[in-house]
Amino acid sequence: MRSDRNLAKARLASDRSSAKAGFGLTAAAWFGVLFLNLPILFIILYGFTTDDKSYSFPPPGLTTEWFGVTFARADFWDALWLSVRVALFAMAIAMVLGTCAAAAMYRFKFFGKESVTLLILLPIALPGIVTGISLRSAFALGDVPFTYWTIVLGHATFCIVVVYNNVIARLRRSSPALIEASMDLGANSFQTFRHVILPNLATALLAGGMLAFALSFDEVIVTTFTAGQQRTLPIWMLNELIRPHQRPVTNVAAIIVMAITFLPIIGAYYLTRDTQDVAGSGK
Amino acid sequence: MSSAKSSIAVTFQSVSRHYGAVKAVDNVSFEILDGEFFAMLGPSGSGKTTCLRLIAGFEQPTGGSISVHGKSMVGVPPYDRDVNTVFQDYALFPHMTVAENVAYGLMIKKVASADRKRRAEEALEMVALAGFGNRKPSQLSGGQRQRVALARALVNRPSVLLLDEPLGALDLKLREQMQVELKAIQRQVGITFIYVTHDQGEALSMSDRIAVFNQGRIEQMAPPSELYERPQTAFVAGFVGVSNLLNGELATRLTGQPGACSIRPEKIHVEPAGNAVPPRHADRAMSATGMVKSVLYLGAGSRYDVALAGGGDLTVMLQNRDSSYLPNQGESVLLWWNAKDLMRFQG
Repeated sequence: MRSDRNLAKARLASDRSSAKAGFGLTAAAWFGVLFLNLPILFIILYGFTTDDKSYSFPPPGLTTEWFGVTFARADFWDALWLSVRVALFAMAIAMVLGTCAAAAMYRFKFFGKESVTLLILLPIALPGIVTGISLRSAFALGDVPFTYWTIVLGHATFCIVVVYNNVIARLRRSSPALIEASMDLGANSFQTFRHVILPNLATALLAGGMLAFALSFDEVIVTTFTAGQQRTLPIWMLNELIRPHQRPVTNVAAIIVMAITFLPIIGAYYLTRDTQDVAGSGK
Repeated sequence: MSSAKSSIAVTFQSVSRHYGAVKAVDNVSFEILDGEFFAMLGPSGSGKTTCLRLIAGFEQPTGGSISVHGKSMVGVPPYDRDVNTVFQDYALFPHMTVAENVAYGLMIKKVASADRKRRAEEALEMVALAGFGNRKPSQLSGGQRQRVALARALVNRPSVLLLDEPLGALDLKLREQMQVELKAIQRQVGITFIYVTHDQGEALSMSDRIAVFNQGRIEQMAPPSELYERPQTAFVAGFVGVSNLLNGELATRLTGQPGACSIRPEKIHVEPAGNAVPPRHADRAMSATGMVKSVLYLGAGSRYDVALAGGGDLTVMLQNRDSSYLPNQGESVLLWWNAKDLMRFQG
């Protein structure tokens, strides 16, 4: 996310340079962009190298054989499939709970409301290691065996936040009279939710869900503390890196992870981009 | 008894709505007749909008009872009430087309699709928006959105239509045009309109009766002309139109007797100093002398602030006619008015 913001800044700077910006500013902006993104290019490059023991530069030769090797390995597919399932479930839990939390925070005033808001935001603000340790001790205290579900729960804690943030921002931009207007026209609470609230939240929910999916999909720290024998894709990659042979397999996996997490982020960006002003809400 | 009941659309019986110590609506009682154009007029925070929301069902009274067409509204949720609201910010559903917005109430009531479409089209025609059905609310101007909101409420053929400052966001020209149209639509459909506004001009021009709200209570409830000509309290005299409020010593000096009263600026006549009150009015007139402090040119007329000889000010409004005497700033003048135009307040 941070790299996105810097990219936008850099792009802003390069736009202005066409008008009048100084050489220094342009150079600094490009340096920033390269500093952030060059390592990513190298990861992609080494996915195609013929050198399988170390990452030498320049690569002695280029090949696509590692894609075949990676795809042929069952442990890669297991890890990928586990990560997808975990991310989907964590996303689903986050969408339901995040929406409920946002609706409650938007509609009601109650004692300790600010504290509850802080508590919802806390899992993502805290270092992952703290979240991880606390979850692990909590599961251990409750004698919960470490399974696929403990990973899902661990991820859901910080995924709720992104859904919550997206939904509450949309709610705050919508006219509160919309709900009253729907009730006034004869719709009960359920009909109002189905015909007015849900369609208005749809894009925000989808964007929040996609971000949640992306967050969960490449999570390492919390996963290490909440997983048992299971290996999600990032954990599998970490283990692969330590092994001396077939190194480019990790790079191929990285390229796949990038593709899988990048697409939802782009999608979320386009879904929420055009909703700055809520049409017809008047204010 | 039942026939008398059916001609009354809305009844408030000692209705209160308190928020803790704040009395938004305080022991208010009134009856609104079927088919009436009824305005609730008052400054912001006077309780008029809360009364409207009580009728719509968005608020529950903390005391008293409300009935609509003889049916008690206690515990009846908004969606089970035979009333519809035109909201101040229109509250159109941004994700629906204009036609879908208008047909929303019919869709919820499970009216057949063809019937729904036809009625929505008719309602849009009534507000002069035929052919706009496929647009989104964001593609309409403020005035058009206002009409859609009106069509969306009227299409359900409610027994009472509630309008919450519906013209507040429109510019002056459009507002005047919509006042005429709203009144025409109300005559056409024959539905009771309850109209909340802080604009006294709007209330005077459209309503059959006006209730003036102040601090959660009704100060006076009367037809527009009576409200203007015979305000019962100083608040009403000051809020509806412009008034010269006379108090204490000034009241005694000008009118010959104590007690608060007021005189409208356009009821005061002006003569050059030295002239007398015209003889045919002399026995029923009151007069004072003074000097014109300032003149405010307003186009059709001008506003004169006159400093009276014994102290105190009076505001006078004169039409800018060639034949009339129009004093200049600094000129000494005689002011006189008919005793019947003096408005005395009760209490």
